[in-house]
This record gives sequence, structure tokens and C-alpha cells, in this order.
Amino acid sequence: MSRNTWKFHGGIHPPQNKQQSVSASIRQLPLPDKLILPLQQHIGAPGKVLVSVGDRVLKGQLLAQAKGFVSANLHAPSSGTVIDISDQPVQHPSGLPGKCIVIETDGKEQWCEIHPIDDYRQMDATQLLATINNAGIVGMGGAGFPSHVKIGTQQTISTLILNAVECEPYITSDDLLMRERAAEIIEGLQILAFILNPKEILVGIEDNKPEAIAAMRRAAQESTEANPGAPCAVTIVSVPTIYPSGGEKQIIQILTGKEVPSGGLPSDLGIVCHNTGTVHAIRNAVIEGKPLISRITTMTGNLVTDPGNIEVLLGTPVSHLLQHTRTSANQIHRLIMGGPMMGFSMRSTEIPIVKTSNCIIAADDQEFPDAPPEQPCIRCGACAEVCPAKLLPQQLFFYSKSKEIDKAKHYNLMDCIECGACSFVCPSQIPLVQYFRFGKGEVRKSKIETDKSDRARMRFEAHQERLEKEAAAKEEKRQQRAAANALKKEKQAKAKLEKEAAEAANPSTAASTAQESSNEPSNNDADEALETLKSNATKASKRYQQAKKALQMAEKNGADNIDKLREKILQLETKASDAKKALKEALPSPAKKIPAKSDATPNNTPKETDTSAVIAAATARVKVKKAQNALMAAEASDASQEVLEHLSTNLNTARTELEQHAPSEPTTGEAQ
Amino acid sequence: MEIFIAIAAVLGMATIFGAVLGFIAIKFRVEGNPIVDQIDSILPQTQCGQCGYPGCRPYAEAMANNDEAINHCPPGGEATIQELAELLGVEVIPLDQEHGEEQELPSVAYIREDECIGCTKCIQACPVDAILGAAKLMHTVIVDECTGCDLCVEPCPVDCIDMLPVAIEQNTWTWDKPAGVGESSVERIPVTNIQEAS
Ligand code: SF4
Ligand code: SF4
Ligand code: SF4
Ligand code: SF4
Repeated sequence: MSRNTWKFHGGIHPPQNKQQSVSASIRQLPLPDKLILPLQQHIGAPGKVLVSVGDRVLKGQLLAQAKGFVSANLHAPSSGTVIDISDQPVQHPSGLPGKCIVIETDGKEQWCEIHPIDDYRQMDATQLLATINNAGIVGMGGAGFPSHVKIGTQQTISTLILNAVECEPYITSDDLLMRERAAEIIEGLQILAFILNPKEILVGIEDNKPEAIAAMRRAAQESTEANPGAPCAVTIVSVPTIYPSGGEKQIIQILTGKEVPSGGLPSDLGIVCHNTGTVHAIRNAVIEGKPLISRITTMTGNLVTDPGNIEVLLGTPVSHLLQHTRTSANQIHRLIMGGPMMGFSMRSTEIPIVKTSNCIIAADDQEFPDAPPEQPCIRCGACAEVCPAKLLPQQLFFYSKSKEIDKAKHYNLMDCIECGACSFVCPSQIPLVQYFRFGKGEVRKSKIETDKSDRARMRFEAHQERLEKEAAAKEEKRQQRAAANALKKEKQAKAKLEKEAAEAANPSTAASTAQESSNEPSNNDADEALETLKSNATKASKRYQQAKKALQMAEKNGADNIDKLREKILQLETKASDAKKALKEALPSPAKKIPAKSDATPNNTPKETDTSAVIAAATARVKVKKAQNALMAAEASDASQEVLEHLSTNLNTARTELEQHAPSEPTTGEAQ
Repeated sequence: MEIFIAIAAVLGMATIFGAVLGFIAIKFRVEGNPIVDQIDSILPQTQCGQCGYPGCRPYAEAMANNDEAINHCPPGGEATIQELAELLGVEVIPLDQEHGEEQELPSVAYIREDECIGCTKCIQACPVDAILGAAKLMHTVIVDECTGCDLCVEPCPVDCIDMLPVAIEQNTWTWDKPAGVGESSVERIPVTNIQEAS
């Protein structure tokens, strides 16, 4: 069963240090008192919490539901009571706390209702996919990408790969899982094959795990014998030991010779790649109906007295693991979650085990001494030689350091898989990966900033446009009003002319001529009347302009004698109303006259004259309003007496005019 | 005689080329002022007016047309000055402190909602329409759209708007830059000096 394998660029051979943790078989620990379950244990949106503090939960009960497509469910690993939903220290390199559901276990381990599937071959693929989705399974090799997203790909899959390489030093969880539960893993692969219908299933295992290879081969053989009709056989491929052959792109290249393009996905090549632990969890979800609530974690490091692999409930605090593996916690120099190449340092032992925690290393300063100080890059090129992504780490280093993110991007910084091979070989001890992570952070930040500033620009422009439109609309209204006023005056003049003409001339002829054209001089009287009215109109508008100017002046140089002015204004007000009354009595209203006239002259359309009268009245009303406003404004701004007097005269004139046109109209706005 | 032919030929050519160039100038005219767009795309779009112009674009226009100095934008800070200097081919100069200082952390506005009297003053001040509310009703800031320009703080008659720094959360956190030559980072990954266990 030897199959051709390919090589990827670069790679390193760090000391393996796996033997410490492979001698003991997988074991369980006593139930911890408290389980701390971070909502964010996967890539994507954190789930929506379904329980509240005080709720009793059963083992396997759904605690948080996936929000959106790229998200994952979270279940209770044991029965107990929810005692807290709050920020706790979690598995994040920043050390920032994250929202967690804390369960106090009751020791009963009481399962909720579960639905094992007897024969998955009777189900259809979407049902199985839903089962996997509901079980909250994510990539357990470290990335934590929700598995149903990968499995639910729309592309046709020709190759299903089991990534059982486990190339990182110290970690042996997949190794032990394969040694002890090979048949279950093969079963999981068959389920995936049933869903995806690939042409071949490849299992890549590094040749430093001969027991695992043997166990898997045996299981694969048995599975083929047991189900002769199985869609496709499982091929176990032993691959050379080199770090980082367990990278997704790397294992694909090793097994198929195909390179996943930059920015592409394996499914573009018709390949889906899963980790051993993930496939095992999928098998448990389908065959046993159990959601993902536990995982195998390697406990190792020279401070651990009983190293080995532990089947641990999710949410178990690391301190519980340390205690039950007899670890001298007070000597810990570095406590690492994940491997020594791609893991991260934990700052608290209360951090819980999550779906992606494949290994905990507790080491003293003998095993993991502090890194020597960084030296300048000597351009030796050693880093470029080992980079599995075929990048130029020294260039990336310079550009990341100087924040030249465009150049760094141009050198494909985003393709760096952060494997750490370059840092490992750098003779100058430059923490290259950390520079790259920093650089990637800058790239991401600048992207967010650009997006935000683009949005701000759009919103600002929309805002400006809106303001301009509003201003334009106002201006237009103002002009319309001015035009309407002019028109009204013209009409008023026309109406007066008609009236005069009708009065003067023979009723029938006068009416007809007036209707034809108001400008046509039917007789001298009418002509004269028109002229006076026109001049009156211009005078009125002139007066209005003057009043406006006066108001502005008053506003500019306000006077001190406010009280006096107030008195004066009161006097003016009374005077104005007196004058108005007098006028009312003295002047027979023309508006009243018109209907009388039109009775006498049946040819003259009463409707038209009525309209003109109404319009004239409206104009007069507007004038009164304006004059009043001007007066009020002047009063408010302490105008000089002269100005006030002028304004009040204006007001009076305007009121008189209004009286003429609409005597019934109440002169509003007197009470201020 | 030849001299006239030569002159005629030159004049003829001049006419033809002139016509072609004139046609091209009209046909392929670039709408707007491309340099203004380029400058504007560098500016941070905070629209705070600290540069002395009513927004980023007016400042961009001033830089393009009136040789306004490139160091008047505090929210953009050194990075923006650098980019502007590169684009316009001028010297990098330090930020003009008269216009304000560069802020370490970005901040956004928050309205203490139970204190808001609903006067709409802040809405009128906001250059990017990032405030929601109506007269006599409680107002609130659309935090994602707020540029942190500060313009709404001043007009609020009851002083209920706070500019708070944007909190760093797990999904916005990024790695620090390593300390540099001569320093050793304690929490360094990968652990490079792994010994083969005996
Ligand atoms: S290995 Fe280190 S010193 Fe050598 S080129 Fe790369 S970064 Fe520079
Ligand atoms: S960390 Fe990045 S740059 Fe360095 S070797 Fe790995 S992929 Fe290449
Ligand atoms: S809400 Fe305030 S700080 Fe934010 S953009 Fe609007 S005016 Fe500026
Ligand atoms: S300015 Fe202040 S009080 Fe007025 S609406 Fe805005 S937040 Fe409320």
C-alpha cells in the first residue's frame, strides 16, 4: 500500500518530544466542580445564549445556539446548574476575558434526550449535515472552523482527506485516538464519504507514529471486509515526518501534489480535509447522537508527573488538569495551550479547555528557557528556505516592522500560515511570527479603517447634498413667494381697473373690454386708476424693503433705552388699533362694493372679482404680518425710536390696506 | 516659393494637430479633479473640521488648489502626513499642533440617554448623520457610523454626550509589535530552544 507522496517547500525538524505522553492510554479525570464554557470556541459569530443563571441543565443540553452560518452550537458537558454568565479568562492570546457560561456540576452526569442514528445510510445527506451542525462540531486541530460549513460545500468533492499528521512537537492526542479508537475514526470517515461522495479517502499519518498507522490500516481493512459495498476504500498513507506537514495546504500538497492557490479553498480543488478529532466527533454525533462535549487533550511538559492523554470535558479549567496530573504548578515558567510552535501562553490556570485545545504544556525554565534577545537580521535567507508557504520572511519582517503594509501585502503576508518555521531557524532569534501577526493585525486594522472612512465619506457627502437640497428648496420657495406676491399685486391692480372701468363706462362694454385685457385703455379714468395702483404697489414693496433695512440696522446697533421703547411700542399699538377702527368706519369697503356692482352689471362675472378681492385680502394680510414681524423684531432688538416709529407706520398702512380688502378679517397678532 | 510651401505645411500641421488635441481634450475630459479625489482618499474622513475647513474634502481641495499645508489634520496624524507628502511630492513635516494633537485611541460619542432632552442640536452638528432622534425624544449615536469628530459635544445644552475611547475586544485586538533588537520576548511562540527530552 505504498502511495506516491509529494513534497512541499521548506519545513523543519524540531525535536519531537512526543514520547513523554504516548506511554499511557487515554484516561478520564474526576468530574470538575465547575465547567466554564466560553461562547467563542470557534471561528465565526459567538452563539446566542439559551439559558439563564439558575437554570438546571442536563448533559448534552444546548446552551448556546449558532448565530448565522459560520457559527457553532454549544452544549452542556455535564448536568448541573448555570451559576454565572459573565466574562471569564479564556483561551485567547490577548488575555482578554470572554463571555462564558459557568456550570456548577451536580455529579449526576444525567443525559438529556439523545437521538442515536442506527443506520446513517438510510438518512439523506442534508439530515446528516443537520445532525453534525446541531452537534456543534468545529475543526479540533486548532483553527476551530465550524465543520458543517466545510462539509456542506456546494462543490463536487473528489478527495476526502483525513489530516492525522499531527506534526507539532509534544502533541499526541490524535496519535492516541488512532491507536485506541481507529475503528470509530474509520466509521466517521465513512459517514463523511456518504455525505460527500468522494472518489477516494486518504489518511495522512506521519511515519513517526507506526502504531497509529498499523491500527488505522487494520481498522480500514476490517471496515472494507465488513461492508463490501462501501462507496470507497480508505487509503492510509504514511508521510515523512517534517514540520509543518499538518498544515491543511501542506497535507493536501503531500497527498495529492495539488497546491491550494493563495486566497483559495481546498474545496476549489475538489478536496475536503478534516482533522482526526473532528472526524471522531462527527462519528459520535451521528452514531451515538452525542454532541461535542469532550475532547482528547495531551497533558505534557516536564513539570507534569503523570503526562498523557486525557478525555476531558469541555469547560474543565486547566487548573483541574494540572492538579490531577500531579503538576507542580508553582514552578511553571510557561504554560502553553496548543503546541510549542503555534500555541499561545496562558496567563491564568483558570482558563478552560475548549473545542480546539489539543495540548497543554506545563514547562519550567529548564525546558522552555526565555528566548535569547533579538539580533539584527543578517540576511542569511535561512527563513526563506524553510517557509512552507514559499514566502520571503525577511522581507515580510522589514515591512511589518516599519508598518509598510502595502509592501508586506505585496509580498503575500496574508498567506503566512504562522507556522513558526522561520522563527525556529532564524540565527538572529528574531520573533518573526510575532512580527507577522502584528503586520497582519495592521493590515486588518487598515482595512477596517478604510472601510469606515469610505462609509464616512459617503455619509458626509450625502449629508452635504441633503443640506444643499434643503437650502435650494428654501430659496425656491422664497422666490416663488416673491413671484406670487408680484402676481397678486398685478391682479389686484387688474381687479381695481376692471371695477373702475365698469363703473365709468357702459356696463356691458366695460365688462367685456376689462375681461379681454386689463392693459387696454378703455377710458382715461381706468388708466389713471391703474397707474396709481401700480405706483402704490411699488411704494408698498419699497416701504417693506426699508423696514427690513431698518430692522437690520436696529439689530446691529441696539439701543439702551429698552423700557422707553417698550412703552412707545405699546402706545403705537393702541394708536394703530384706534386708527384701524376709524378707518373701518370711514371707508366703505370696496370688497363689499364689488358684489353690489356686479349685481347691477350682469355681464361682469362676479366670481372673477370675488377671487381678486380674496387675493388682494391675502396680500394685505401678508403685508400686515410682515410689518408686525418687523416691528416685533425691532422691538426685541432694541431699535431706535425713529426706526420703531417708521415700522409702526408701515404696520398701520398695511393694516389699513387689509381693512380695505377684508374688513371682516380679524387683525391678528396684536397680543404679544 | 519653397518658403511658402514650408510655412503652409507647418501651419496646416499645426491646424490638424490643434484640432485633434482640442477634440481629445473635450472627448476625454476627466470629470472632477483627480488629485482632489486622491488626497481625499488619504484623509481619515473624520469630518471634524480641525483642519479649519468644513470637512475633509474641502481641505483636500485647499491642498490641491491653494497649496495648503499638509500637516493640519490631527485625526490622520503622522501616517496621513506621510502619505500626503508621498502623493504630493513634498517634505514630511510634523503635525501642526495648533490644529490639535493626534489621539492615541479612536473614540466615539455616546449619549447619556436618560439625560437627553431631545433638542436635536447634536443631529444638526453631526457631519455624517450618525445620530438618531427626533424633537423632544431621546437621541442616540449609531456607534458604527460615528467618526469621533467631537462636533456634537459642544452644542449639547445639557452636556450629556461623552466621547469614549473604543474598547478593545477579542475580535478587535491585534498582536503587539515585538520589542525589537536587543530585547527578548518572554511569551515568545514558537518556543525555539526546545531540547530533545532524554
Ligand atoms: S533567518 Fe533571520 S537573520 Fe536570516 S534572513 Fe531570515 S530573518 Fe534574517
Ligand atoms: S511563519 Fe509564515 S513566513 Fe514563517 S515559515 Fe511559516 S508560513 Fe513562512
Ligand atoms: S456622533 Fe458626534 S462625534 Fe460622532 S460623528 Fe456625529 S458629531 Fe461626530
Ligand atoms: S444635543 Fe444633547 S440634549 Fe440635545 S438632542 Fe443631542 S444629546 Fe439630546
